[in-house]
Amino acid sequence: MSVLKPKNLNAILKDSFIIGLITLVLAVPIVGLPTINATEGLKIEPRWSVVILMVLGVFLGRLLLNLWWHREPTLSSSIIIQNIPLLQSLQQLLKFILPIGLIFALILPTMPFASRYVMDVAILVITYIMLGWGLNIVVGLAGLLDLGYVAFYAIGAYSYALLANYFDWSFWICLPMAGVFAGISGILLGFPVLRLRGDYLAIVTLGFGEIIRVILLNWYEFTGGPDGISGIPRPSFFGLEFKRNSEGTFSGFFGLDYSSMHRIIFLYYLILALALLTNFVTLRLRKLPVGRAWEALREDEIACRSLGINPTNTKLTAFAIGATFGGLAGSFFATRQGFISPESFTFIESAVILAIVVLGGMGSQIGVVLASVVLIGGTELFRELEEYRMLAFGALMVGIMVWKPRGLLANREPTIRIKVEGSS
Amino acid sequence: MEYFIQQLINGVTLGSIYGLIAIGYTMVYGIIGMINFAHGDIFMISAFIALIGLLILFGAGISWLPFLLLAVLILSMFLTAAWGWVVERIAYRPLRGSFRLAPLISAIGMSLFLQNFVQIAQGARIKPLPPVVSGGFILMDSGDFTVNLSYLQIVIVVLTLVLMTGFSLLISKTALGRQQRACEQDRTMAALVGINVDRTISLTFVIGAALASVAGLMFLLYYGVIDFFIGFLAGIKAFTAAVLGGIGSLPGAMLGGLLIGLIETFWSAYFTIEYKDVAAFSILVLVLIFRPTGLLGQPEIEKV
Amino acid sequence: MSDLLAVNHLTMRFGGLTAIDDVSFAAKNKEITAIIGPNGAGKTTVFNCLTGFYKPTVGELLLQGDSLTYRLERLEDFVVAQKARVARTFQNIRLFPAMSVLENLLVAQHNKLMLASGWTIKGLFGLSSYKKEEAQAIELAKYWLDKTNLMKRANDNASDLPYGDQRRLEIARGMCTDPRMLCLDEPAAGMNPKESAELNSLLQFIRDEHKIGVLLIEHDMSVVMEISDHIIVLDYGRKIAEGSPKQVRNDSAVIRAYLGEDEDEELPPEVTADLQNDKAHG
Repeated sequence: MSVLKPKNLNAILKDSFIIGLITLVLAVPIVGLPTINATEGLKIEPRWSVVILMVLGVFLGRLLLNLWWHREPTLSSSIIIQNIPLLQSLQQLLKFILPIGLIFALILPTMPFASRYVMDVAILVITYIMLGWGLNIVVGLAGLLDLGYVAFYAIGAYSYALLANYFDWSFWICLPMAGVFAGISGILLGFPVLRLRGDYLAIVTLGFGEIIRVILLNWYEFTGGPDGISGIPRPSFFGLEFKRNSEGTFSGFFGLDYSSMHRIIFLYYLILALALLTNFVTLRLRKLPVGRAWEALREDEIACRSLGINPTNTKLTAFAIGATFGGLAGSFFATRQGFISPESFTFIESAVILAIVVLGGMGSQIGVVLASVVLIGGTELFRELEEYRMLAFGALMVGIMVWKPRGLLANREPTIRIKVEGSS
Repeated sequence: MEYFIQQLINGVTLGSIYGLIAIGYTMVYGIIGMINFAHGDIFMISAFIALIGLLILFGAGISWLPFLLLAVLILSMFLTAAWGWVVERIAYRPLRGSFRLAPLISAIGMSLFLQNFVQIAQGARIKPLPPVVSGGFILMDSGDFTVNLSYLQIVIVVLTLVLMTGFSLLISKTALGRQQRACEQDRTMAALVGINVDRTISLTFVIGAALASVAGLMFLLYYGVIDFFIGFLAGIKAFTAAVLGGIGSLPGAMLGGLLIGLIETFWSAYFTIEYKDVAAFSILVLVLIFRPTGLLGQPEIEKV
Repeated sequence: MSDLLAVNHLTMRFGGLTAIDDVSFAAKNKEITAIIGPNGAGKTTVFNCLTGFYKPTVGELLLQGDSLTYRLERLEDFVVAQKARVARTFQNIRLFPAMSVLENLLVAQHNKLMLASGWTIKGLFGLSSYKKEEAQAIELAKYWLDKTNLMKRANDNASDLPYGDQRRLEIARGMCTDPRMLCLDEPAAGMNPKESAELNSLLQFIRDEHKIGVLLIEHDMSVVMEISDHIIVLDYGRKIAEGSPKQVRNDSAVIRAYLGEDEDEELPPEVTADLQNDKAHG
């Protein structure tokens, strides 16, 4: 790198200094003067070292960023040229990752390291992949910002739990019914609100999510209120239960020794199948008129209307299908946990799913997978540091939007190609 | 009857607080057409700044109330305004003219960030503050129910009225207000006639944050407890107020705030307190469906 | 031959502003009808009323269908496109930027394809009847890609196209809806002379071969005067003249509206040349 001109350097130093100063102003009260709950009331215990570290960190970070931006122009243009093959090779890499990832997912339970803990994390990650794919239909394809997706997850979970508990129906009947209920509630909510413009829709769906949670919390007779519903029946393998008895159980039927891992592995394949179903249906829909209409609506609603596309109906299908998959994931959640309560269905949950969709790249199926593995799997290790995790999610959402507004892996392939002479 | 009047007083007080927050939503929406989801969290931060300020001044042995409140108010307005400015700079300005959903998602990210930032820095436990302003008038006493009007309630309502009036004058009479209205109408044209659009938008965020900080201080004094999560519900309710009044309209924000405050208070008093948040959300949904322009808003002509 | 479109007493007010004031005109099938007028004359508002985006304050908009007459002012915007089959383009180009050129043209055939896919259900199971219909839709798209000279860009994103290509793609997209009437809002804006000459022949082709009515808003007089069969002149929301290109060119009200009251004002060179030409021939 060539030497910077002193004039430039001065400006850079000044800019970084100002940014550091602003950080100081912001950090002094909130970070530097924490309020501590003590027996005699609140007291303040200053914590200047953290403030100094923060200010220094921001100053140096800004300085480095500035130096990066103010490189000699020849250098930066060569970087841009280098960047393009880099991106292309990344795309190439993705093509390999796809089948390898799928095979890996299929054989994961047979791996030597597949302990109970690993399988639990894997099930969790795949649940989020499914939720991410479901929400991707609504946000990524149809461009409808749904901040209350967790409501459909909750409706699926409660439908399953109530149907299974009250009517004693089997998992394979309750599962699709839970999906249908979630889908219907998606239509009922969507019908009045889908004509609203984007940001109003966002806040209405947020409100809807909260309404559902408050109702679940307060309707004791039906939902058990804050105590939730427990004793939800576990799924069976086509009628064979996962129990220690030898008669009519999975282990008995196949002549295996009973192991608690059987059920875990079954649950793993169950959610994998559900997630792959979601993916298959989404990929199919994308190539159908309805999928193209969703994307067209995301791009320009007025143009869609000028072409005779009914915007409300088209959005409604996206909303309902997304809700159905959310409901299916919810009933899986209920049967896996055996216990559900409103606590599992807060706004934070919606925000996490949205973060997965957004960070992976809106409309990108593989992006959702990568984001789930990194965000859920990666941060599962730091489960105790929940607030740091959400802090990072928030910062990432802002950062990605500023850097790449359509998400990290938002390179969209056309749903259809024709042979064209003389073009690549 | 006494009970009713008491609820009326409580509702107007709560409504004033919502109204002040709602102005921030309405102004930002008016000028850049987006919902600033992080505004509720700016309000939450301001309540923390006010709490810290009060604790420090108590610690320094200052107890003369007018000075105490004024000092904290001014300090909190400045610091909160700085937060508002920084949020706009980082999360919204780079996204102007970007993909439609980008600023919204960025705003949600910012909201999550601020909430967890304060939770980490200040702890997750609720922060109780002993009453600072106590006492009041007894308006009515029927034997079994007394109607109280506390000094604090008077301060809240009067301060809100003063700020609202001053603020309306600012918008209608000063150059800043004219620039703001010009940017609302047509940002490109405003830039062409020499208005510094970026600065005007920044100022809008700064003013919105400063007003939210007033609400933050009053919330702290009125309820005596805050935590890192108060911004979420207060934010949604204030936004509902802005929509109900007609988004983009300043008197509308105030009117909407009052109505939401009253509805919530009466709902809790006469129906069930558990569902009071549902009431606010339901109103939001109903207004958006049946009268999206709100009570005092201008109908929006779709630009084709 | 009866009129394809009859506009009777169309009036549109926004609050206190009257954008269109009692305008009546008719447009025929197999003709290009141009609406011209200075900026702010209300041309685009007429389009927005015709295509259902605005509900007119007063007036009747009749479109002659195969068997019945559609009252456009009563239909919702997407129904105008779907049932009355009025297609349009936009002044500030509204494509689906992140979708490919071909996809843009397939979205235009949405209703037809939706029916063929059995409202998605047949399509989801990959039935052959849908495949056949989709292949036909692609053929139609190819036809218009060919006519608009965009075949080479079929797989590229619409946003990657140069300006003139985007304008033509919007026309192709409108034609893919199989319209009875095509409304074009300044299709030649930003085109160079060669491109607007190509546009002229494209519009004439649409009129002569596809036998539909074309309604055209345009500022480029080389386009308007050459290809229009009938011209309507608006000024301040009122119709001030109509007739053949020649009639309109010599109309004193039109000249006043375009050039102002002051006769001494300097005229743009092409207008002076036009006027002199007319005098010489007329």
